[in-house]
Amino acid sequence: MSGAAENTIKKEPLVRIVKRDGATFPQKVAVRVVAILLALVVDAIFIFGVTGLNPLGVYSVMWGGTFSNPTRFSWAMRDLATLLCIGIALAPAFKMRFWNIGAEGQVLMGGLVTALVMVYFGNSLPAPVLFATMLVASVAAGALWGFIPAWFKAHWNTNETLFTLMMNYVATSIVACMTNIMRGKASSLGTLNKATKAGWFPAIAGQRYTINIIVVIVLTFAVYAYLKYSKHGYEITVVGESENTARYAGINVRRVIIRTMLISGAICGICGFLIVAGKDQTISTTSAGGQGFTAIIVAWLAKFNTFYMALISFLLIFLSRGASEISSVYSLNEYATDIVTGIILFFILGSEFFINFRLIWRGKAPKLTKEGK
Amino acid sequence: MGSSLIAWIMRAIPFGTIIMYGALGEIVTEKSGNLNLGVPGIMYLGGFAGFASAYYYEKLATNPSAVVCVVIALLCALVASTLGGLIYAFLTITLRANQNVTGLALTTFGMGVANFFGVFVLNGASYTAAPLANKAFAAKLPFVSGLGVLGQVVFSYGFLAYAAIALAIALFWFLNRTRAGLNLRAVGENPATADAAGINVTRYKYLATCAGAAICGVGGLYYVLDYNQGIWATTGQIQALGWLAVALVIFTTWKPLNAIWGAYLFGTLYWLYQFLPSVLGITVSSAMTDLIQMLPYLVTIVVLVVVSLRKKKENQPPASLGIAYFREER
Amino acid sequence: MADTQIAIRLEKVTKTFGEVVANKDVSLEVRRGEILALLGENGSGKTTLMNMIAGIYYPDGGQIYLGGQAVDIRSPRDALALGIGMIHQHFKLVDVFTAAENIALSMDAAERFDLKRVRDKARAICEKYEFGLDLEQKVYEMSVSQKQTLEIVKVLYRGADILILDEPTAVLTPQETEKLFNVIRNMKADGKAVVIITHKLHEVLAISDRVAILRKGEYIDTVDTKTATEASLTEMMVGQKVELNIERPTPENTVRRLAIHNLSVTSEEGIKLLDNVSFEAFGGEILGIAGISGNGQKELLEAIAGLQPTERGSDVQFFAPGKGRAMELLGMSPRDIREAGVHLSFVPEDRLGMGLVGSMGMTGNMMLKSYGKGRTPILDQKAPRALAEEIREELGVVTPDLNTPVSRLSGGNVQKVLVGREIAASPIVLMTAYAVRGLDINTSYTIYHLLNEQKKKGVAVVYVGEDLDVLLALCDRILVLCGGKVNGILPGATATKEEVGLRMTQLQKEVQQ
Repeated sequence: MSGAAENTIKKEPLVRIVKRDGATFPQKVAVRVVAILLALVVDAIFIFGVTGLNPLGVYSVMWGGTFSNPTRFSWAMRDLATLLCIGIALAPAFKMRFWNIGAEGQVLMGGLVTALVMVYFGNSLPAPVLFATMLVASVAAGALWGFIPAWFKAHWNTNETLFTLMMNYVATSIVACMTNIMRGKASSLGTLNKATKAGWFPAIAGQRYTINIIVVIVLTFAVYAYLKYSKHGYEITVVGESENTARYAGINVRRVIIRTMLISGAICGICGFLIVAGKDQTISTTSAGGQGFTAIIVAWLAKFNTFYMALISFLLIFLSRGASEISSVYSLNEYATDIVTGIILFFILGSEFFINFRLIWRGKAPKLTKEGK
Repeated sequence: MGSSLIAWIMRAIPFGTIIMYGALGEIVTEKSGNLNLGVPGIMYLGGFAGFASAYYYEKLATNPSAVVCVVIALLCALVASTLGGLIYAFLTITLRANQNVTGLALTTFGMGVANFFGVFVLNGASYTAAPLANKAFAAKLPFVSGLGVLGQVVFSYGFLAYAAIALAIALFWFLNRTRAGLNLRAVGENPATADAAGINVTRYKYLATCAGAAICGVGGLYYVLDYNQGIWATTGQIQALGWLAVALVIFTTWKPLNAIWGAYLFGTLYWLYQFLPSVLGITVSSAMTDLIQMLPYLVTIVVLVVVSLRKKKENQPPASLGIAYFREER
Repeated sequence: MADTQIAIRLEKVTKTFGEVVANKDVSLEVRRGEILALLGENGSGKTTLMNMIAGIYYPDGGQIYLGGQAVDIRSPRDALALGIGMIHQHFKLVDVFTAAENIALSMDAAERFDLKRVRDKARAICEKYEFGLDLEQKVYEMSVSQKQTLEIVKVLYRGADILILDEPTAVLTPQETEKLFNVIRNMKADGKAVVIITHKLHEVLAISDRVAILRKGEYIDTVDTKTATEASLTEMMVGQKVELNIERPTPENTVRRLAIHNLSVTSEEGIKLLDNVSFEAFGGEILGIAGISGNGQKELLEAIAGLQPTERGSDVQFFAPGKGRAMELLGMSPRDIREAGVHLSFVPEDRLGMGLVGSMGMTGNMMLKSYGKGRTPILDQKAPRALAEEIREELGVVTPDLNTPVSRLSGGNVQKVLVGREIAASPIVLMTAYAVRGLDINTSYTIYHLLNEQKKKGVAVVYVGEDLDVLLALCDRILVLCGGKVNGILPGATATKEEVGLRMTQLQKEVQQ
């Protein structure tokens, strides 16, 4: 064996990785805070490198993106509501270990049918009936988009990650087609029901987005309770943990998969409804704006806890509003947002490692006492 | 009718070439067990780096040469996309972060980087061009491209279109006929087995992920400097192409040779809305053309379902796809 | 001074996983030209120890010497380069590869890559040792024993100076075992060092030169096989002279609870896993089920529990107390069975993968089968918490908190949680699969005691086990499964170990037809 000789001189590896037996809560918080701080440092270096500006000054401008005046703050809340809503929608699916990458499409479908109802029934139905119809239609459309991949997963174990990903583009095509039909001859669809404002959420307490925010707050509590305190939530946890255990417990795995995705899709549909009725008052292929993908990251990082999701969503929205503020103040472009967000996400994702694993440096192995325990 | 059929093919093949690179890169990556959903981001990185380097070379060199331009653009595209792959590799392989989420974050990041710096290159214009690079990348083969219909359909593309086919064949040979290919497949199927056999799992995963990213990056480069006529504009088009490449991987059932015809089929389906009506001599409303564009995705879904139904082991994704490997797992 | 006779030596090797100490200060040596049996109960740390030599785990303390020289084995690659080959209990094979491709994987880096040459060389090995192995067959099409053969060919192909086999006979027939032993003896004659991990005493005595014994992760002693007896080895293995002093109260007032007729199960690949199995189980007795693992035990229990699709013509009848009529269980889901009022408790083999939810605490696991009670959509967490508290008290489950994920508890505590829950459901039929696997002696006795208590209460207990001594001491009747068929039902009090052992490996004439 030629390798033997060289092998004998090999030393203990410089660093070894061992599994941690569950980090304590303060440890978890500390790891994440450090990760975010490090990411902000890297972002600052990036900003300084590109612009030569004082990063601290830039960060104070960023702060202003959310907090400088009530309008900014209300925009931030509006965006937060959208992102959080999708995150909440994904929570049940992810908890079941069903990779729903299709939120983008589910939101679009919900938004599309909302828009269709607004266009075709906006002037014929009284407001309460109109809103009810919009809600029901959006829920149904989103749920349908969740149901299709779930049915195939439940019956034939078709890979849901890729299926839901493809469904996004099917939805995009349908939206493109329908907006084309709706807009008639104009080059763009424009604001729906501009004159009558039929199907627009009314401003409450002087705020345009109040309804969106209230709905999302309610959903945050509702889904949290659903996952934690309901029988359905229990079933979702068991199915996510082990399908065998679920069968052993007498849980109908197929039914749980399909039911959960109906709920996940339905909430995405509601999000589409909120976007169209409460935010944009129009629909296009970019209505979901990539938030369906960002929300996946939010849901994953929050470990399916809707309140953590609110925190993480806020962080991301704060960053993106801040970055667009920088762009306008320093005449950069808005894509800085994606870079800044991307770096933060990389750091948070990477930090999980230090929660699950421990490093042992050479010669620093824990000495075991002879007595043991 | 004949002429529009030819035009259709001449549109489908370059389109297919873009996603063939993306799919081939992703096949290599996925064979190591890494599902990299950062393909769109990586294609952005490759495309932009290739364009920007060619653009500045053309602008700054007193007497720019086409060959140097090609080399610089290719090199920069490869380096940028490899770096993108390296970020993903470090996070998912060393730090064992979730692959889906990391990939999506990489897509956001890559798109952001390309478009952010792209704005500096654009410098206020809505688009900029690198004409010399485009000429070099899109240069047709001499003589044979003039051979009538055949020359048009088969020989009228830039060299990267042929390189993609060669690459697919080379990858087939690599995966099925070489030791490294066998080892790589073992790593993606069952890393614990590969490890026990003395294969350095981490090294294979890193190399495959970075090499895969580099190949994806060439797709982005081809899009900008050949397909899009050497024009850079802030666009979301590359993202859609990236996802289509991911779809194509499924369509090929992880086999590089299938990527050749699969890519052209996707190209044909993608351009169906524009050419089929004229080939058939019918008119189709613009709303319908939007609907027709979902065809490649629908086809992919059908393939996905059929594969899951037939349960043939050879057509399944690599068994450990998406799962991080930790040797001391108990 | 390095002894040239010593192939490998371990000095005070320690390995921990989190809180669990798997190996503590183990010192041990293996000589060239000998077969060393590594003996120990399940969970005594045999596999972990060998995995450190094979480079799968890296020790937390101690040193490994190879031929007298200190070595650091940082990966399986290092181990292979040092001439160490290991056949793992869970096969290290790539399912979609052919046998030849799997062999090529572990080829030495210096050897030229040529699948045809690999096949020729492998074929020669197969011929030499009379292995029937189709080199073009895909692994997923192979039976367990074919896979085992492939693993052996792999190691022979690569050529190792030190060979470690982890429970290689668990899935083999006696003939295959004998063939394997011949191969091992040949290797020994070639001057190689062989370590065989096992807990089967007769194999230890049949094949090894020396026996090293581990107990609860610690090294006990190494003895010459010649001077050892089953009794002396057992004593070292378990720590005290085991008079398997398991109580066997005489069954009283037995009532028929289960009647199984012609139960057949076919796997997705079309292999018959259960073949016309018929028997009855009575309340007030313990029915033991013996067999080499993988001979249909799992499928049998799962079919009764409503977890396994069965062939047409199969029949499982349940006789409820106080009712004359039988109830057909097949075709019902576990939930249907429960809702029909059949108190059927089942302790499955895979505790954390089937019986419990690893990420949940004791409380969460208590309600696994009862969470659906009542019409309200809200989960009742109070009653399960009380039950969890009760089981923790009564069975002495060691857990920091009722909400600590059970996957973080030790094996014995996990099993107490599972068995506790199943018994708390006041079963009429209680089925257990490998209920004491991996548990220490004390916990094992707790479990035996619990089962006997259930028996005295009139519960029909079905006990699938692997330790024949326990089966013979505990069970009133023993059903032997062989190749998915019932190969006789013997009375526990009079049956002998040899008789049961023989029936586990060889189909009796009357069954064969």
